[in-house]
Order: sequence, then C-alpha cells, then structure tokens
Amino acid sequence: MNTTVMSLTARALLGRRRVLMLIPMPLVLIGLTLIGIMTGEEPAHWGPVVFGNLGLGVILPLTALIVGSSVLGLEIDDGTITHLLTKPLPRSEIVLSKLCVAWLVTTVATGVPLAVAGLIAGSAALAGGLVCGALLGSLAYCSLFLALSLLTKRPVAVGLVYIMLWENLLVNFVDGVRVFSVKQHATTFANAIAQSDMLDDTLSVTTAMIVAAIFVAVGIYGATTKLRSFALTGEAN
Amino acid sequence: MTAVELTEASRWYGNVVAVNDVTLTVGPGLTGLLGPNGAGKTTVLHLMAGLLSPSQGTVTIGGKPAWRNPDVYRTLGLVTERESVPGFLTAWEFVLASAKLHKLPDPAAAARTALGIVEMESAQDRAISTYSKGMRQRTRVAAALVHDPGVLLLDEPFNGMDPRQRLHMMELLHRMAEEGRTILFSSHILEEVEQLSGTVQVIVAGRLAASGDYRHIRRLMTNRPHVFTIESSDNRRLATVLIGQESVSAVTLTDGTLQVHASDYGTFARALAKLAKASGIRLTGILPADESLEKVFSYLVAT
Repeated sequence: MNTTVMSLTARALLGRRRVLMLIPMPLVLIGLTLIGIMTGEEPAHWGPVVFGNLGLGVILPLTALIVGSSVLGLEIDDGTITHLLTKPLPRSEIVLSKLCVAWLVTTVATGVPLAVAGLIAGSAALAGGLVCGALLGSLAYCSLFLALSLLTKRPVAVGLVYIMLWENLLVNFVDGVRVFSVKQHATTFANAIAQSDMLDDTLSVTTAMIVAAIFVAVGIYGATTKLRSFALTGEAN
Repeated sequence: MTAVELTEASRWYGNVVAVNDVTLTVGPGLTGLLGPNGAGKTTVLHLMAGLLSPSQGTVTIGGKPAWRNPDVYRTLGLVTERESVPGFLTAWEFVLASAKLHKLPDPAAAARTALGIVEMESAQDRAISTYSKGMRQRTRVAAALVHDPGVLLLDEPFNGMDPRQRLHMMELLHRMAEEGRTILFSSHILEEVEQLSGTVQVIVAGRLAASGDYRHIRRLMTNRPHVFTIESSDNRRLATVLIGQESVSAVTLTDGTLQVHASDYGTFARALAKLAKASGIRLTGILPADESLEKVFSYLVAT
C-alpha cells in the first residue's frame, strides 16, 4: 500500500465532476424508505425491494462501477498513468492502493445512505447488516471493475452488462448464476448480521464469503498482471 | 555511467512495423533522436522507457532489461510527448509526489532541487492547469529529474515552446549532459538537434538511417541539390541568367513554371536576388520544392 498513490487517487477521484453522479442515488434510496414507512405497509413487503434490489442490487454496484472503473481507468484515458508507471513501484502496490481508495469511497458513498435508510426503517441491526453488506460488496465489485478497466477498453459497458444482465436478469432464470453474483454475496452477508425479514438471502454465508473472496483475488491478480505488462499505445507512431 | 542499448529491436503493431531491426547504443552526453513525423521515434523512446515490449530483440538500460522491470526507473526519467499532467495539482505537489513515489529519503529537498533546476520555484504553488505549455513542460522535466536519474529520455521536448523557453530548455539539457547524464531527446526539426547535440541517431520509417556526429550528417544533407520553384516577372529570361551560375546545377522551364536545382544552397540563396535585380526581373515567389523533412531524410537514406 502506498499512501502517495492513495492520496493522489483520492484527489483525482473526488475532484472530478463524475463524483457528483454518486449523490442522487442515495437520496432516492432514503426517499423510497420514507415512502415505504408512510404507507404503513408491512416492511417485509417493500423492504427486500428497497434494500436488496435497489440498495445492494443497483446503487451499490453502480457506485462501485463509477468509482472502481475510474481510479485507474481515468488515468489510462488521459495518459497520466505514465507518471505512475515510470516509478520503481511494484505493480501490485499500485493496484492495491487504487483498490483501497475505491473500496473506501464506495463503502462510504453507499454504506452511509444504507445505514440511514435502515435506521429509518426502524432497525439498528438492519443498518449494521447493510453497512457490512456494502463493505463486502464494494470490495468485490471494485476489484472486479478495477480489473475490467485494465482488461477492456469499455469497462463501464462490460460492468453494466454484468450488473444488469447477469445479476438482475439471468439470476431469475438460471439458479446457479446467483453463486457468482456479488449482489447475492452482499445481501447474504448483510442478512447474516441483520437477521431481518427485509432482506432475501439465497446463499449460505460460507459460499458467499468464499466466492466473494475469489472475486477479489481474481480481480487483483488480473489487474496486477495486466498492469505489469501495460503497453503504452495510441500515441505511439 | 548508464547506457541505453537496443539490440536488433523491432516493434510492430499488427501488420504495421513501427521499429525495424534497430541496433543502437546511447551513452553519456546529449544525443538527438531525429526523424520525420511517424518515423518511430516515440516507439523507440517507449521501448527504452519500458512502456512497450520489443516484438523482437532486446532493450536494456545499464545492462538490465527495460520491459517489465520497474526497477529501471530508479535510473531512468521520461518526459513523454503527450502533455499529460494532473492539472489539479500544483507543480510543487506534482514533483513532491514523484519524489515520494520514488521513495527518496528526503522528498521535499529533492523536489525543491528539481524545481530549482527548471526554474519553476516562483510558480510552483499554482495549479498546473493554469500554466503555459513551456511551464508544464518544465514541470514535467522536474518530475522526471527528481530522483537524479542517470538516463533522461525526452520526447519532442521543444514542441509548442516559444523561442525563449526553447533556449532555456536547451541550456538545461546541455547542463545536465555535462554532468555526465545520458540524455536522449527526439525531434523532427533538424535545427533543434543541430544546436543541441553532437551525436544524432536518425530514424526513418522505423529504421536507423544514420548514426553519429551531426556535422557529418548535416553535410550530407546540405550537399544534396536543393530544388526551388521560382515565380518572377520573366521566368524565361531568369532561367537563362541562372544557368550561367556555378551554384545552379539544373534549370527546368515547364509551362512557364521555373524550377531550379541549386547545388550550393548558400551561394545560390545569396546570389538570386542580386542577379534578378541586375537583370531587371522582379521576383514574386520562391518556394523550396523539396524542403520537407521527409525529402531530406529520404535523400539521406539514399546516400
């Protein structure tokens, strides 16, 4: 871990207008929770939709996608990556530092509104569970999307396909797919702590943890390997 | 002393060969990498800087491979052509961050020294996005110099600089070369290389076309006949006057267009206006027909 890389990454990330895209989604989450409370419906009816499908299923991955694909991807796009690459730093150090910032930012950006929504829904346990779910989910998602930003030219498109088609569509039709869905890992982990009827978990906690850990490991390994032999093209003539 | 060595190095992108079987050694001092646009200069520099893998052959810095070896950056500094700097940082923050990334024992002192070398101290606390092109360039040089590298590679360092900034940068490169560093800079402008460097490596179409003392290469270039297209009030009469000159090797008059091949460029250039005036002919245009660098280089390659 390298604090200089981390602070530069954080400044680059938070100084961009792109970061403003993170603001509306949490507001929608909190708004919907308020509406859910005011309708007086059973929380078990709307809870899974708001916290599971929207919170951990859409807001978390989208935030992680924006952040995870930016921490290294933007530097590759604008060419400032050469400054980092021409330093005697182990490539794993660069990847881990970037991932750490992405993880932290995503966790704060999603964990805080999820906790607020959980508290509004009336349960501290739910709030705690959601934060833990966000913590685990954002690590797995960010690893995945950070690796994608190095391995593909269109990380956001590929990331969206994974989130929308794999996690939110295919899961409904093919049962085994859910094992490889970070959304399911996050939800399972959250509910293991929250024990709430407002979350629908479908995996065993052990499976969720192991597969999420594999996601993280593969993401870090893929990103580091790719960065190690990162060839500067485009400008070359 | 650290030398940069390419041994039978080639690099291709798909079907396009960017660098073709180049063998060269760059030692201490100032060396110019000269070539027309698209000749492969950037590819050569990126190969040396370990940012590209050679498709064939080897590239070493001080005997160690450049590719997949981050340790070479302890002795190597690179200033890319692309003006990619994080504009939200100040020069001080940027150079200091570079020093920290190099894990120098005293990053602040190193950053101060580097900014002093490029004389950027007075503006060092302003955001880089507010700088002129020359200031950005100097800031990037400072960042590349902060760890006191033995090898410095600069890709088109004079692009977009005004004459004063150019002069400043030239002095800087000279000074650093005298300190015993290996400095290689690329350029597509012959005069820049001439003013700066005794040794040149000429790259044309991905191949090493010439290598060695610039005076020799320059002579090869100036000895070739220069072709001019001339417009005047009386082309036919001017043609007869010019063919009588020692410095003119051939004159052609096609459809009223006058083309002159000058064997001695300097004498011809000095004599032309006087001759025209003495004969009462008014010159309305003189265009060098083959002054493009590509032509110069192709001549060089042909010899």
